[in-house]
Amino acid sequence: MSTRLATGGRLLNKSRALTFTFNGKTMKGYEGDTLASALLANDQMLVGRSFKYHRPRGIVASGAEEPNGLVNLGQGGRFEPNQRVTTTELFDGLTAKSQNHWPSLEFDVGAVNTQLSRFMPAGFYYKTFMYPRPLWKHVYEPFIRKAAGLGAAPKDRDDDTYEHFYAFCDVLVIGGGVAGLQAAKAAADTGAHVMLIEQTAHWGGRASVDGGEVAGKPVDNFVDETVAALEAMENVTLRRRMMGAGVYDHGYVLGYERLTDHAPEAAGPRHRLWRIRAAQIVTATGAIERPLSFAGNDIPGVMLASAVRDYVTDFGVSPGDRTVVVTNNDNAYLTAIALKNAGLDVPAILDARVLPTDSALMAQAKSLGIRVLMGCGVSKVQGGKRVTGVSICSQAGEGAVLEEISCDVIAMSGGWSPVVHLWSHCGGKLVWDADQAAFKPDVDKAPTGADGKPFVTAAGAASGALLLGDVLADADGAGKAAATATGHAPGQSAAQAPVASHAPEAPMAPVWLMPQGAGIKLRSKAWLDYQNDVKVSDVQLAAQEGFQSVEHAKRYTTLGMATDQGKLSNINGLAILSDSLNQPIPQTGTTTFRPPYTPISMGAIGGEARGDVFQPVRRTPIHDWNAENGAEWEPVGQWRRPYAYVRSGESTHDAVMRETKNARDNLGLLDASTLGKIIVRGPDAGKFLDMMYTNMMSTLKVGKCRYGLMCDENGFLIDDGVVARIDDDTWLCHTTTGGAERIHGHMEEWLQTEWWTWQVYVANVTEQYAQIAVVGPNARKALEHLGGMDVSADTMGFMDWADGTLGGFDVRVFRISFSGELSYEIAVKASQGQALWDALMAVGADLGVMPYGTECLHILRAEKGFIMIGDESDGTVIPQDLGLHWAISKKKEDFIGKRGQERSHMVDPTRWQLVGLETVDKSTLPDGAYAVADGTNANGQRETQGRVTSTYHSPNLDRGIAMGLVLNGPDRMGEVLSFPGTDGKEYKAKIVSPVFYDPEGEKPNV
Amino acid sequence: MSNIVSALNNKAYADGIAEVREIGLQGMITLRGDLASSAVKSAATSVTGVKMPAPGHANSDGQHGICWMSPDELLVLCPYDAVADTLEKMGKSLAKAHALYVDVSDARAVFELSGPHAREVLAKLVPVDLSPAAFTSGMFRRSRMAQIPAAFWLHAPDSFRIVTFRSNAQYAFDLLKVAAQPGSEVGYFKG
Repeated sequence: MSTRLATGGRLLNKSRALTFTFNGKTMKGYEGDTLASALLANDQMLVGRSFKYHRPRGIVASGAEEPNGLVNLGQGGRFEPNQRVTTTELFDGLTAKSQNHWPSLEFDVGAVNTQLSRFMPAGFYYKTFMYPRPLWKHVYEPFIRKAAGLGAAPKDRDDDTYEHFYAFCDVLVIGGGVAGLQAAKAAADTGAHVMLIEQTAHWGGRASVDGGEVAGKPVDNFVDETVAALEAMENVTLRRRMMGAGVYDHGYVLGYERLTDHAPEAAGPRHRLWRIRAAQIVTATGAIERPLSFAGNDIPGVMLASAVRDYVTDFGVSPGDRTVVVTNNDNAYLTAIALKNAGLDVPAILDARVLPTDSALMAQAKSLGIRVLMGCGVSKVQGGKRVTGVSICSQAGEGAVLEEISCDVIAMSGGWSPVVHLWSHCGGKLVWDADQAAFKPDVDKAPTGADGKPFVTAAGAASGALLLGDVLADADGAGKAAATATGHAPGQSAAQAPVASHAPEAPMAPVWLMPQGAGIKLRSKAWLDYQNDVKVSDVQLAAQEGFQSVEHAKRYTTLGMATDQGKLSNINGLAILSDSLNQPIPQTGTTTFRPPYTPISMGAIGGEARGDVFQPVRRTPIHDWNAENGAEWEPVGQWRRPYAYVRSGESTHDAVMRETKNARDNLGLLDASTLGKIIVRGPDAGKFLDMMYTNMMSTLKVGKCRYGLMCDENGFLIDDGVVARIDDDTWLCHTTTGGAERIHGHMEEWLQTEWWTWQVYVANVTEQYAQIAVVGPNARKALEHLGGMDVSADTMGFMDWADGTLGGFDVRVFRISFSGELSYEIAVKASQGQALWDALMAVGADLGVMPYGTECLHILRAEKGFIMIGDESDGTVIPQDLGLHWAISKKKEDFIGKRGQERSHMVDPTRWQLVGLETVDKSTLPDGAYAVADGTNANGQRETQGRVTSTYHSPNLDRGIAMGLVLNGPDRMGEVLSFPGTDGKEYKAKIVSPVFYDPEGEKPNV
Repeated sequence: MSNIVSALNNKAYADGIAEVREIGLQGMITLRGDLASSAVKSAATSVTGVKMPAPGHANSDGQHGICWMSPDELLVLCPYDAVADTLEKMGKSLAKAHALYVDVSDARAVFELSGPHAREVLAKLVPVDLSPAAFTSGMFRRSRMAQIPAAFWLHAPDSFRIVTFRSNAQYAFDLLKVAAQPGSEVGYFKG
């Protein structure tokens, strides 16, 4: 069993005990524990079930590489699945639950899959669930969905807050082990602005556990002294609990800082996502120990050798009483020695190598009385939910058992792989290091910046320098090189790296399968990827079935595709693949490393963007009044416009009908502030606008307005609006609400890229003004009640504008109409928008005033056959389709879209044309419905001959009215078309003129 | 007139790690023209009493100032009630020049973000190096504040003036409040 030792635990504060629960069971730990060490201290080795076969799984590692120990953490608004026990710091009151089992961790029904495993090999899903096709939707897919995923999805809104932070530095050092500390110091000594980040809560990485001396003193001293020196430097920032998540182009790095995960009651955001621009990046990310592939290597109790000694040294936890060490290198001997020194039993070290003489570490182990079996390996692990023993065999053989040893922990080491992830994110290449049997950064093929020069340097173990003596020299060089690249060269007298020493080690020997001649039975129990349940036999099957590319084999077997991204399985898997393909490992290559290094929270990615500030909502000066007066909102771009002002006891439809009738009978007010307003000024402004619009704007007289259309280069309609000439050199162009920024940008683009010699300036003044449309037979009376300027028909005719005062407000009044009623649009400074609105409501009280929303606006314009950008136009429609020939100048030599509109397809007489559509039974046509024609097309679909672009119930005509584009429409007046609805009904509508209401245009002309 | 109301009517938040305040109406005039021409330069400087700023900079003195917006655009600051007079004066200076000058005071909202943590609060929202060494008094940035356009400068040490579009004022205020939430000190900027 695993338990807490009486002594040891360098990271613990034993004076502060903490209580937590696992699967409802109350357990105890200490401040400084990770959830993993605390679970082990409570003899909880079994922490989860595997994804596919539901095999019992225990803690394997002690850091970010842990594949098995994933739990559902927290409750309610703090619930989060797939949290790694090895990187979760223990806090008082923590609650954790294991994942992927039913009904319980100890007894899991899904474990029957393990019995069926020979029927569920690699590619099982692809092979099995293809046929028969209908079963996919109804049987397979629901089943797979239920089985998929490890943790449970959160159900409650997240209680925590998150934020981003933009930081800039010369040199960013990622990783706070001895390499990172030395690199940071070397870089900082040059005066460069340095940032050093470390994913755990502690500086020094593995050095304190693995030992060694720096400058004749224990390595711990070096760590403490260097941290103190860096903390004292003005040009250095140190952050712990902050992971380098990803490296991107131009020295952009995402740093994931976990602020309150270890102290959930603290104020402030939970995570902070740092968006860092670093001129140079040093990756001092260390190395990860590899598992060995032998039968039963996934049984709880089989752990990485380094993790076993971490638990003993850092947390004072014994993973078990009797530990057998199995290794292909010297480094794992440190584990045996640490265990022995802690008073625990090490029955044997199985060393797959056969060496002529003992290395220093071997001799030390032997002197402690540990039995060392050379040339030996594991044939098979005994046990189910916990290791009970190990069968020993000769590594060179096929697994014949030489001896059985009872034990409860197996500490394995297959050598070390440099953490090359961050080096690789942005294109850094790797080389194969045959001595270490690992990929390491290829210094000649670093990620390069815009100047073609490298911007990432690997340091220490991450660059392949695994031993302490080599680490510091390598890191010192990396720090100085990075600083130099930012223009901070170290001086002649710059300090050199301190000399470090470590016990000499004998060379490791690559072992990819144990024993090397293991038969299929053993190979199908030798796990590569614990989280996704991929075995040696699966990768071999993939190779056999022709998946030769490592990327294909990965996807076919799912090797390395779990949330740990194959941190443990990658090299072992591709070694097996290479062996199966009979090619050297470098030829097989690796899969692509992608950010983030380990998963980061969705909350951190979203940052502050949630709740009130999820998205900007643009508000007009009259927004609050609208909200208080029943506005039902319609999003128009980022604006919110009132769809209708709904009174109590009234349906939305009722409100729309009421507003639409009232605007024709009495007086309506529309908040039109969102309309785009662009000033165009300069000696060439008229010439410019003649190019922008399809009709002539240069001839417009000062004081007059003109409706205009804008097209893109291909001739398609992109916007419309009223243009007013303000003075000789100045025009004011109104755009649609959604078009303001777009059309402003369109104008700037043409001015800056094509006509840069023209003397024209534009400015977007949309928000400077509140604009209110005063609409209806009583519109003039309302303005006269306000008083201050002459708005009579004689003084201000249709399409005139004038500056003046109304009710004491400085206003600009446009006599224009988008409703077919007598109508004025009044612009006032935004700061007075609400006051003017209040004044109009007051004077309108006796005139039957009602505010109206966008749906009423739509019906009013549709009754008059006025087109709406986005309804009648959709990016494929030219003005000619809409019967707007009158707005297209024949006199102008050119305008944007002119040549486009002359192309053969644009002058094709069979282009669908705008018409009005009047239902035979007065019902309302479904929006977007198609008019069907005889016959079917090549796909067996009904032929069509038109479609509905706008459709409403008109309260003024008491019938459904619509506009649509119809084949030869204007020539087919009176013809009845058929529109099948999605409701199964067939709607009949007659082709009519699109002008339904007041066709003579008498109403506004008063 | 008493009915003139800025976007948030001087709303303030003082419970966080920095203070946020909408400062009310500020006169602003967009001036576009050839910034090298003496007519444009004198139109801007004569009405504000401050010198022409270098690219990326702003010169201000109380409610007067000139902000460099782009190679052919300035933002001229003046008291809100002096806008009409200022436009008229600029019109005279620019009578013979090709230029555009237009009142945009009501199209904007202006915030003050102040306190010892003001820099790091803003650095949570804008992709700009706001360290004391990099962003100094006199600098001016048109940038992005989370999801909206914003421009800002240091009005006083530890005190930013931030200009947004008026329609975004509520979002900008709420955003600054979130970024200034208690307990969210970053501690990145030294000295």
